[in-house]
Amino acid sequence: MTGYLIRRLIYGVFVLIGVNVLTFALFFFVNTPDDMARAQLGAKRVTPEAVEKWKQERGYHKPLFLNEKLSGIQRVTDTVFFDKSVRLFAFEFGSSDQGRNIGYDISTRMWPSLAVQLPAFLIGLLVYISFALLMAFFRATALDFWGVVLCVLMMSVSALFYIIGGQFLFGKLWNLVPISGYNGGFDAIKFLALPVLIGVVSGIGGNARWYRTIFLEEISKDYVRTARAKGLSEARVLFRHVLQNAMIPILTGVVVVIPLLFMGALITESFFGIPGLGSYTIDAISQQDFAIVRVMVFLGSVLYVIGLIMTDLSYTLVDPRVRFS
Amino acid sequence: MSKKILLSVRDLRTQIRGDGPPVRAVDGVSFDIAAGETFALVGESGCGKSMTALSIMRLLPDAAAISGGTVELDGENLMALPETQMRDVRGRRVAMIFQEPGLSLNPVMTIGAQIAESVRRHTALTGAAVDARVIELLEAVRMPDASRRVGEYPFQLSGGMKQRVMIAMALACDPALLIADEPTTALDVTVQAQVLELLRDLQRSRGMAMLLITHDLGVVAQMAQQVAVMYAGEIIETGPVQTFFDGPAHPYSRKLFDSLPERAGRNRLLAAIPGAVPPLSRRFEGCRFAERCDRVLPHCAGTVPAWHAVGEKHDARCHLYADADGTSVVKSATASGSGAQIAVRRAEDECSAALLQVKNLQVHFPIRKGLLQRVSGHVYAVDGVTLDIFPGRTLGLVGESGCGKTTVGKGLLRLVAPTGGQVLLGGGDFLALGRDALRRRRRDVQIIFQDPYASLNPRVRIGDALEEGLLALDVGSGAADRQQRIDALLTEVGLSPEVKGRYPHEFSGGQRQRIAIARALSVEPRLIVCDEPTSALDVSVQAQILNLLKRLQREKGLAYLFISHNMSVIDYMADEVAVMYLGRIVEQGSVDDVLRAPQHPYTRSLLAAVPVADPQAVRPVLRLAGDLPSPVNPPAGCHFHPRCGVAVAACATNYPVEQRFSATHLVCCHLCKKTD
Amino acid sequence: MNLLPFRFELLWTDALVWVLVAAVIGYAVYARARPHLRAPWSRVSRSASGMAAAVILAAFVLAGLLDSIHYRPALPPQDGKAAYATELRSLLDLTLQPLRDKREKTYSAPLATHLYAKETVLLPDGREVREFPRLRHGGAHLKNPAADWAGDVALRGFRGLAVALLIWFSVALALSAAVAQRSGNGIEQSWGDIWRGRTAIPWRAALCALAALAVFAGPVIALAPLYHVFGTDKVGQDVLYQALKSIRTGMVIGTLATLVMLPFALLLGVMAGYFKGRVDDMIQYLYTTLSSIPGVLLIAASVLMMQVYIENNASLFPSSEIRADVRLIALCVILGVTSWTGLCRLLRGETLKLRELEYIQAAHAFGVSHWRIMMRHVMPNVMHIVMIALVMDFSGLVLAEAVLSYVGVGVDPSMISFGTMINSARLEMAREPMVWWSLAAAFVFMLALVLAANLFADAVRDAFDPRLVRAGAVA
Repeated sequence: MTGYLIRRLIYGVFVLIGVNVLTFALFFFVNTPDDMARAQLGAKRVTPEAVEKWKQERGYHKPLFLNEKLSGIQRVTDTVFFDKSVRLFAFEFGSSDQGRNIGYDISTRMWPSLAVQLPAFLIGLLVYISFALLMAFFRATALDFWGVVLCVLMMSVSALFYIIGGQFLFGKLWNLVPISGYNGGFDAIKFLALPVLIGVVSGIGGNARWYRTIFLEEISKDYVRTARAKGLSEARVLFRHVLQNAMIPILTGVVVVIPLLFMGALITESFFGIPGLGSYTIDAISQQDFAIVRVMVFLGSVLYVIGLIMTDLSYTLVDPRVRFS
Repeated sequence: MSKKILLSVRDLRTQIRGDGPPVRAVDGVSFDIAAGETFALVGESGCGKSMTALSIMRLLPDAAAISGGTVELDGENLMALPETQMRDVRGRRVAMIFQEPGLSLNPVMTIGAQIAESVRRHTALTGAAVDARVIELLEAVRMPDASRRVGEYPFQLSGGMKQRVMIAMALACDPALLIADEPTTALDVTVQAQVLELLRDLQRSRGMAMLLITHDLGVVAQMAQQVAVMYAGEIIETGPVQTFFDGPAHPYSRKLFDSLPERAGRNRLLAAIPGAVPPLSRRFEGCRFAERCDRVLPHCAGTVPAWHAVGEKHDARCHLYADADGTSVVKSATASGSGAQIAVRRAEDECSAALLQVKNLQVHFPIRKGLLQRVSGHVYAVDGVTLDIFPGRTLGLVGESGCGKTTVGKGLLRLVAPTGGQVLLGGGDFLALGRDALRRRRRDVQIIFQDPYASLNPRVRIGDALEEGLLALDVGSGAADRQQRIDALLTEVGLSPEVKGRYPHEFSGGQRQRIAIARALSVEPRLIVCDEPTSALDVSVQAQILNLLKRLQREKGLAYLFISHNMSVIDYMADEVAVMYLGRIVEQGSVDDVLRAPQHPYTRSLLAAVPVADPQAVRPVLRLAGDLPSPVNPPAGCHFHPRCGVAVAACATNYPVEQRFSATHLVCCHLCKKTD
Repeated sequence: MNLLPFRFELLWTDALVWVLVAAVIGYAVYARARPHLRAPWSRVSRSASGMAAAVILAAFVLAGLLDSIHYRPALPPQDGKAAYATELRSLLDLTLQPLRDKREKTYSAPLATHLYAKETVLLPDGREVREFPRLRHGGAHLKNPAADWAGDVALRGFRGLAVALLIWFSVALALSAAVAQRSGNGIEQSWGDIWRGRTAIPWRAALCALAALAVFAGPVIALAPLYHVFGTDKVGQDVLYQALKSIRTGMVIGTLATLVMLPFALLLGVMAGYFKGRVDDMIQYLYTTLSSIPGVLLIAASVLMMQVYIENNASLFPSSEIRADVRLIALCVILGVTSWTGLCRLLRGETLKLRELEYIQAAHAFGVSHWRIMMRHVMPNVMHIVMIALVMDFSGLVLAEAVLSYVGVGVDPSMISFGTMINSARLEMAREPMVWWSLAAAFVFMLALVLAANLFADAVRDAFDPRLVRAGAVA
């Protein structure tokens, strides 16, 4: 088991190297730093001096891979590739194109993101599984039918409308919570309540229906018939036998996103003005701050790889076949 | 003596709803089971016997529903009980075990917990008393090392042990009736023998009634006191086992017996039933068997036959017994015996040179482990197999599942890559051929597979499927010639050339297997590897395919490597037999040598384990203990010694050398000495 | 010399859309002759929700296709040479000409006769007052809006409804006649059969969906020439026109994003499962790497880079429509890359199962080449997964477009789409009183499109492979 995990870890590092090379190619081959400078400086008539100055300030003036002018290890380290890509592995994120310290920004902004995402994730999981179990319990009845109809209806509505509608109803019409904003400490609850609620509600359709499919798949298996043949009640069959087995496919989809909760939710944060990593990313995109986007891509991949390894670990908890092999 | 009726089923009807018209899977079934008696329900697949059992338990799948009839247990109608009360019946008064022990247990729960659940549900036991009861139950089903096993998960157990767990679970509350739905079909023959013996002992010692559902007449003969034959959703014949086996009355039952290879004898054609079971979504006007019956009367197709007594407590639903004295018809029928004599093989065949020689064939699969995925061991699937196959003759390769017999077949065709040894074919080593040379030689050896549903691509027309080999191996000159060949092939296997343009889904299992045979024949091979070609088929269809294979062999001088786990099929088909155990041949010789005078203890116990379709058969008691060991770590010395009843000290240390027992008979055993 | 009063223009997306249409028709012809290909589709046609959804989808597809034939109208010839407008029009624009041309100054509410904002108006007597001025087009035919408006709207709406229902009724009657002819029963009998749900194909559901469509479209069509049924937006453009134009954008993204990457997903997935070993390792590494980047971020990074490229190479794109079109294609490709990995994984898994099947072993025993086995035995047997992926991804992609356009990495801001509609309307949420109609129109049209797509996808999935369990789509 340990050997397997170590192998997965090494594989993860290789995946990150791949991501790194890919992003580097995307950011420095499709467009040269000169192009970026020109796009960033905006005006049609940009002087070469201004471009050079822009590149100097942000460290894009160095050669991409090999610095011919220097000798020794610096030939490799004093390059754009080393500065902007290799250093990411040491979590040295450098500064943004606007000159801000990205590492500092991330460390302060991830907590508000987590404050929205973690409760939304946990409450959501509970709600989706309960709803799906309810439908599976009453399968092939009117309740199940209308439950599925509701799910399909809910998953056909864009997330944007959940946010807009929620803000309108709870913020504007009923004045229950502030429409947007954020505050630390205990005060945060009144700002977080609506984003969390919307996060949960917007996911009901897709997730509950998906979990229902998984439950029904399990219910059709032979061991369920064996459990019924023992004379167990339908509720016990569902909770004792089906739920435990269904957790295996559910975990595959769920555990992998846990680390990504740090990254925040792009549109929710932006709509509600929560100073998290999601709105940070959106701002970077609208300001065309390539340095931040690059770092966020890398960070996202790191968290995803961690999620994959956590998924492997979680199997050992729920699946004895993995635990004992 | 008339025993108390425990279960009384009257006019039970169950329908399955789907896309089309409802399928009447159970259509008016009635029978009684007396307390403490074993009642066998026999029939081929799709006749509704499992649905009958599930209907009694009211455990039908969501798409099926009981549409009529009563099921009375001790006079109480189970169909009228509310679901909550029915739950008290399930597991306590009526328990059930299923066909697939591998799928019937919850994979993420320990077996102890699963049995305990049953105990807790129906008894007042708590705490340590439950644990004690679980171990007691596991010991009752002869689970080795019961107290350690309670904490294990199903995947850690073999198939036989899983079925024991299922039985333990069913026994938890001493039910009055045990329903066993094909309890041993998924198991190997030696394990089947253990489980059947266990069931029989438990049933006798506990005075429990048993409803045994099976397709195997051999199992019926060994286990049951009463028998009922099911066909197309209804029971067509019922009676005490001895009377039934002495003189089956219904033409269908008689055909079932006649299609058994062990009944016919190797030089006779098997009696096959033409056609297939009619779809149960159809409405029937007369006898459901009429269109396949060789003794059909003019009114059979239009009038539903009534029950007629054909002997003491022995009834059949057939017009043949309407006015005549039933018993005489039975007698005359039995006398008619089975099919026509087949021309006996010419003697000069015996001395020709081998067509194909397999020398020390090895197929080892590496097992990779650890950080660097180093090869940490091997699965010794085939570990040094030597065989000779002669032109126009059949070599039967027999063994239990997991012994490596299928890998031998695939290895010599290079469908899996052998890791050692030689396959000499026409002078050269087939295993050493380069890509192009290999492609040309592929004409000589072809293969037919077990699963008729997987052996044809559902997206390719029959004609195109048959043409594939002709094109790939450049057989025939031009498109017209190829089409002619295809027509001839289809006619040869008993199908009309018109089926060329159709897709596989329109054909039954037996027809598909015929098409697969035609495909193998298309490139005019000299040897066909038949990998369990009939084990997915019903016995009457099996008879058709075996007859066809025999005829083709006679006409074309084909050689077969016939791989099977079924001793009676091997006995019927093979000229030479090789017995395989854990990747090696333990005994080989002519069919008379190996099956009539077996020398190796494994061959003997294998033969003893086969259920014979005769309730009075005198059976040697040679039960094999335990299961087949893993081919990853075969036991030291003789692979068989841990399960062998007669092992001596040398068996545990040295693998026995091959001994020539007679001119044609080779045995790998320390205890076999030449008798000359 | 070109005598036509217009010149056709084939945009890249148009070309791909019509290739897709041709492929669908070709597939339909091919599948008709093959019972095993026809069977799942006839199962789809027996699903009530699937048929109802298909009717609604057909209406959307019609709008989308009309909007995919582009032309440039002719201008008065200059110097003896034919000249054409720089602005591209589509057949849909032609049909909606009145809506397109009747611009107001700024916001106006649905069916309004007056502008939504007060303006300073100079009266004939020289005084200035601030009032809601009359619209230039909306309700301009009314002499006295305050008195006539309600009656006029009701009358026209009712007339439209009546005509629509009449048409619907004749379609229903024609259908009964067709059913009658096929079954050999009388028309009356067939009419009864249809309404009691006794026909094999659930025509009742299809007719109900058609009725819903008629109830909605009838009054709208009747009122649209004289009013702005869904109001106007900030620059005075008709919202109904925008909503109808958004359909094409959504449909292009929903279909092309899956299609452009399909050959790669199919080939790589099948190869990984078929060859196993090294090939499998490489392909798995490739898709793990790609899927490890959170979808939105990968899209954001790519779109940003593409924007820079387009800005720096403006000369490559002669007009703003072509630029927007290229950007749309690029977005499809990028969306395809992010959703590609899921399909590839599914195909690999299915191929792993297939390769052990006996008909493939039999082909090996004949020495059939790997390539041929993959083409003949593997690909046709995984196509149902591709089909399911195509229809299942559609709705997710339409929804994703809206979110991406909001984030700023979606379609070109000049291209009308649900995303740009919501994005520009969102800013007016805070306005008092609220401008809600743009959002409402986008909501209604999007919900109808996505819901119909979801229901249809479910019917397809159930017909092709009910056991295939798939996680939700990307983004």
